[in-house]
Amino acid sequence: MADAHGTTLPAGGRAAAGHDAHAAGGGGQPHPRLQHHFYSMDQQLEASILGMWIFLVTEIMFFGGLFMAYIAYRTMYPDAWAAGSQHLNVWLGGANTLVLICSSLTMALAVRSAQVGSRRGQIVNLILTIVFGTTFLVVKYFEYAEKFEHHLVPGPTFDPALPAAQQLFFALYFIMTGVHAAHMVVGVALMAVILVMAWKGRFGPDYYGPVEVSGLYWHFVDIVWIFLFPLLYLLGFHLGH
Amino acid sequence: MSTTHHITPVRTYVAVFVALAAFTVVTAAVAYRDFGFLNTTIALGIAVGKATLVVWYFMGVRYNTPLTRVVVVSGLFWLLILFALGMSDYLTRPWMGVPGR
Amino acid sequence: MAPAVAVPEERRSYLDAPYGIAAWLLTKDHKRIAILYLISITVFFAVGGFFAVGVRLELLTPRGDFMSADTYNKFFTLHGIVMIFFFLIPSIPATLGNFLIPIMCGTKDLAFPRINLLSWYLYVIGGLIAVGVIAGGGVDTGWTFYTPYSTTASTTNVTLAGMAAFIAGFSSILTGFNFIVTVHRMRAPGLTWFRLPLFVWAHYATSLVMILGTPVVAITLTLMMAERTLGLAVFDPKIGGDPVLFQHLFWFYSHPAVYIMILPGMGVISEMVAAVSRKQIFGYAFVAFSSLAIAVLGFLVWGHHLFVSSQSIYAGFVFSILTMLVAVPSAVKTFNWAATMYKGSVTWESPTYWVVGFMGLFLIGGLTGLFLASMGLDIHLTDTYFVVAHFHYIMVGGAIMAFLGGLHFWWPKMTGKMYSDALGKASAILVFVGFNLTFFPQFVLGYMGMPRRYYAYPEEWQALNVLSTAGASVLGLGYLLTFCYLVWSLVKGRTAPANPWGAKGLEWDTTSPPPTFNFDTDPIVDEPAYNYKPGREVRVG
Repeated sequence: MADAHGTTLPAGGRAAAGHDAHAAGGGGQPHPRLQHHFYSMDQQLEASILGMWIFLVTEIMFFGGLFMAYIAYRTMYPDAWAAGSQHLNVWLGGANTLVLICSSLTMALAVRSAQVGSRRGQIVNLILTIVFGTTFLVVKYFEYAEKFEHHLVPGPTFDPALPAAQQLFFALYFIMTGVHAAHMVVGVALMAVILVMAWKGRFGPDYYGPVEVSGLYWHFVDIVWIFLFPLLYLLGFHLGH
Repeated sequence: MSTTHHITPVRTYVAVFVALAAFTVVTAAVAYRDFGFLNTTIALGIAVGKATLVVWYFMGVRYNTPLTRVVVVSGLFWLLILFALGMSDYLTRPWMGVPGR
Repeated sequence: MAPAVAVPEERRSYLDAPYGIAAWLLTKDHKRIAILYLISITVFFAVGGFFAVGVRLELLTPRGDFMSADTYNKFFTLHGIVMIFFFLIPSIPATLGNFLIPIMCGTKDLAFPRINLLSWYLYVIGGLIAVGVIAGGGVDTGWTFYTPYSTTASTTNVTLAGMAAFIAGFSSILTGFNFIVTVHRMRAPGLTWFRLPLFVWAHYATSLVMILGTPVVAITLTLMMAERTLGLAVFDPKIGGDPVLFQHLFWFYSHPAVYIMILPGMGVISEMVAAVSRKQIFGYAFVAFSSLAIAVLGFLVWGHHLFVSSQSIYAGFVFSILTMLVAVPSAVKTFNWAATMYKGSVTWESPTYWVVGFMGLFLIGGLTGLFLASMGLDIHLTDTYFVVAHFHYIMVGGAIMAFLGGLHFWWPKMTGKMYSDALGKASAILVFVGFNLTFFPQFVLGYMGMPRRYYAYPEEWQALNVLSTAGASVLGLGYLLTFCYLVWSLVKGRTAPANPWGAKGLEWDTTSPPPTFNFDTDPIVDEPAYNYKPGREVRVG
């Protein structure tokens, strides 16, 4: 028969705080951020991280459908894919990739600042992350504007001189980068919220879950771009511009 | 302290950042040379490498629980199921010998 | 089970405290959210049922004379969309799952209570959009939204319908990931995985499917909507697009979706079989693992919906074999339930009737799936009433019977009231008879070649169609009866004891209905699930 106090328990792999309806953070008042159904801040943090990773798995499958379409059509129309890719601006795409990588660095540093209790570090790094994210979106805007000018938007305005299958490439280009950009917008908004909370000094070594979990989302959006860049931009260059 | 509280040093993050930037330059440079079918392989390989660095270090999976790693791997595995069984249709259609396919 | 739960004189049930409509609409209590869901899905069941009535009325006569062909298309489409996205997929998980999983894990709530509430609001928003679709003239593409008709030709509210399904799907993702984190991280002390009730295993497996599958239909619907609204055509054959790609992406989710609909029902049946037989489930580990096996294998078979679509027949071979395989874990469960009841002390109260009804109907539904898994036979049976009968046997004969059975089983716990047992038995019989009368003739019709989604048919098939519609009336009567006496019990039912069935489980160790935090003292688990002692259990209360 298990005694709750001090027993190593198989469930959840940690000793339970036992019969207390409200678990103490360290023999006293419960942490103000501890939700009523968790018995410790550790459990709450681990649950949050696990939850965010499961959500990211849904995002992997969400983008996965788009990549499936990409793979199928690239197999069917390799020439249209290579030709379509050549219309994309590899310098802007590459710059955007570096911008996002910088933003991932500052995001990781922001989480670290919260872990070590540096309010200034959190604020600086979160602002930088937001700046980099916004830069990405601005560059994207210019890229899209360029496509409109060059009649590369699928539909009635598409350049009739180009083979029909290239419309498929551009449809996927717009949808894949568009869905990605939508996720970036959400990410920037999320970072703004976290920034406000960090400004108010909410986070520290004992409570930084929201920063870490938002960081996971941000890094994931970066990873999607890490795949989008070569698959969309880098296909046709070895064939000559 | 539980594993989730591990604090990564700044220099590790910066090293990962430098690696990611370097890989980006390499992948763009390789695209300009013709390696045949290897172009795609190298590009995807580098992308996978970059993604692994982000997941392992920036996202902290190196210091997370085994359960978290199972979750990450499962997501990727399920993606592969979609690709593999989906492409089993597209790649074998030419075998059917129907005119126009 | 755990040391006896102290029952103080003034326990405040979750139904009473806190009071007021705002306390319900802004609740974080998983039990209240379960009740909110129960009310909403009942409304949508009625809506979906209305469309079914329209279909069956039209099919009373061989000619299309009750409604126009276009209207008929809208009726079967809306029946499918409403019943699948707004009734079946949430049904057991969002009601019984939400209510019971924290209690069965011995904890106070799910891991993310506010996200649980958000999932209900998303469901309601999706539902309101669906109502908007209906009010705005409906949609006629079939619930499967096949391209290029849905993207280029249909003039009905396709985009809005896609939006509704998308949002409802997101709601189910939030439910699923809540369950997974709860089961992994919030089990009570001593509650190892293999002491968990099979209901929890089933919902865990269901949640895996929700997480991994739903996003793919979400992006597929997004692509469909993008093509309709922005002209970004990905499935358009005129520019080289492949409409079958839509089918691949759609069915990658929609086949596992049927496991989302049946796995929770299997979990319910496992609980009920053990309880009514007063016996440990035969082969507990096999049943637990078969839930996982169904969830995983269910993702490998979607191509059996594409056998006649111009999918490569080589891919078809692979999908056909894998489909046969996925029947195995379901068969394992069915054998194990039967083996549990064999030589158990079976009592024949109303839950038992629902269990037995489920097992008979699920058996037929499952076996007929094998007919369809065979690619050669499917060429003849696809898009006939054989398929319609097959999936209704599983979805209605299986899932809905399990849902209603579960409601009957846990109604005393959730509401603190007992319903009339005689009426419970009567409606189980009515539903069983009505169901078979409705859908068995459809196997025959399909075998003879009657196509699905047609509002007219050759004269010689009228007798079977009339039988089917007659059966549907009996079925509807059974559902109506159930609704009436269950609601009546809320007003006039006698007070329920903590454990009216003498069953084993953490939920039976707390009061009926439970207090807001589920238990008066946190449970500690020190025995396996279904730890029935030989001989008839003495009832509590």
